[in-house]
Amino acid sequence: MSETKKYPAPVTNPETAAFWDAAKQGKFMIKRCTACGEAHYFPRSICPFCYSDKTVWEEASGEGTIYTWSLMRKSPTGPYAIGYVTLKEGPSVQTNFVDCDLTTLKIGQRVKVVFKPTDGAPLPFFTVA
Amino acid sequence: MTIKGKAYIAGIYEHPTRHAPDKSTAQLHAEVAKGAIEDAGLSKDDVDGYFCAGDAPGGAWPMVDYLGLNTKKLRHVDSTETGGCSYIIHLGHAAEAIAAGKCSIALITLAGKPRTGVMPPRAAGAEADFETAYGATTHNAYGMCAMRHMHDYGTTSEQLAWIKVAASHHAQYNPHAMLKDVVTVEDVLNSPMISDPLHRMDCCVVSDGGGALIVTTPEIARSLKKPLVKLIGHGEAMKGPRGGKDLDLTYSAGIWSGPRAFEEAGITPKDIKYASIYDSFTITVLMQLEDLGFCKKGEGGKFVADGNLISGVGKLPFNTDGGGLCSNHPVNRGGMTKIIEAVRQLRGEAHPKVQVRNCDLAIAHGTGGLLGVRHAASTAILERV
Repeated sequence: MSETKKYPAPVTNPETAAFWDAAKQGKFMIKRCTACGEAHYFPRSICPFCYSDKTVWEEASGEGTIYTWSLMRKSPTGPYAIGYVTLKEGPSVQTNFVDCDLTTLKIGQRVKVVFKPTDGAPLPFFTVA
Repeated sequence: MTIKGKAYIAGIYEHPTRHAPDKSTAQLHAEVAKGAIEDAGLSKDDVDGYFCAGDAPGGAWPMVDYLGLNTKKLRHVDSTETGGCSYIIHLGHAAEAIAAGKCSIALITLAGKPRTGVMPPRAAGAEADFETAYGATTHNAYGMCAMRHMHDYGTTSEQLAWIKVAASHHAQYNPHAMLKDVVTVEDVLNSPMISDPLHRMDCCVVSDGGGALIVTTPEIARSLKKPLVKLIGHGEAMKGPRGGKDLDLTYSAGIWSGPRAFEEAGITPKDIKYASIYDSFTITVLMQLEDLGFCKKGEGGKFVADGNLISGVGKLPFNTDGGGLCSNHPVNRGGMTKIIEAVRQLRGEAHPKVQVRNCDLAIAHGTGGLLGVRHAASTAILERV
């Protein structure tokens, strides 16, 4: 399903363009605040924790663990598994799980990022590591 | 400054329809407005405050015009949009406006046609590029909460099923309920899995329809003929993933809106005789009961089991109209009907089979948006005078 599913192209904007440019290179980026040291996702210019504007792009490992998931079985485009992954770097990100058995996902399971094409920049997804 | 006792709910109306292919959305708004105004014993020309949310076609100014409200008199409008709990927030905002002298007779309307019409798409937020493609819907966003709650606290599908069972026991007495059959825990567990771990019977109904309220001053309420129901506490709150830091989907913004409302009311959850709790899904109810303090976090499963939410059987009668799980979920927004059934209970107008004896204190609580993503919550505490 994930192989044939058509995903919408990101619209992008000046605040997030660097994320999508990096995605085209296969890099999964997060933002980190150099004032308070906290990483966050999705990326903002102003740190959502301390309101500093000293946020910088950082390439994430793309590795994490499943925080939660739910397999949506009633969908016109076929079943898909949504969830949150807690990245090694700290932030939890919303995603879909792809290219793996969606019926045996488990909270705490190790996963890694994988990009899927769109008509624009590719989108990050996660698969079992 | 408090709104405690400053505003009364003088008129309520729940549209009897659940399927309205032959009506327009604006028409449904007008029908529920008329119903609530008549219930209060007032005229539309008395209304000087109007409240509506995202379901009102075009927003406040087209609705005020369409409804023929008295624009020489109308002096306060509010179109706060927080999904299903918008109307509970409106109730609090109406009380604030009344307490401040900004209006004296407020009309709040909800109506729409998710079954037979087109639902307008929600406007995109800043997160759109980073989330829309992953297909968060109500089912899977609440499924994610239930999955983590089960993981952290050992909550079971059987316990969640008891919430639906209780709602069905109440719905059998509601002639307007979409689903009137009493169901068992086994029925819920045997219904198809929709989005793990939520089964079809863990989900609310989809219904056309609506509801409306009239909120007014203590003086005007006393001049009318209906039993007196006053707002004594109100809270509102919002919660989201906050940059992904310390994500915890096992609690909702109700953990903040609830204590705010109880503090203002000067009572505790133990004092509540009847609870209207938004039941978009069974997990919504379980988490809200914990967040509001009816039981400890993680003990919601034990609390709802064995019929504890069934009127006349358990300790906390809830959603005695059958709720969203069995009766009505107009426009996919449950907040309005939660207030309406709480007022019926306080007036003594609930069905005799589910009416709570000596019902003097009730809570109406709702959430809006996606519990597993971003949402609002609002809590209202009501007292019979």
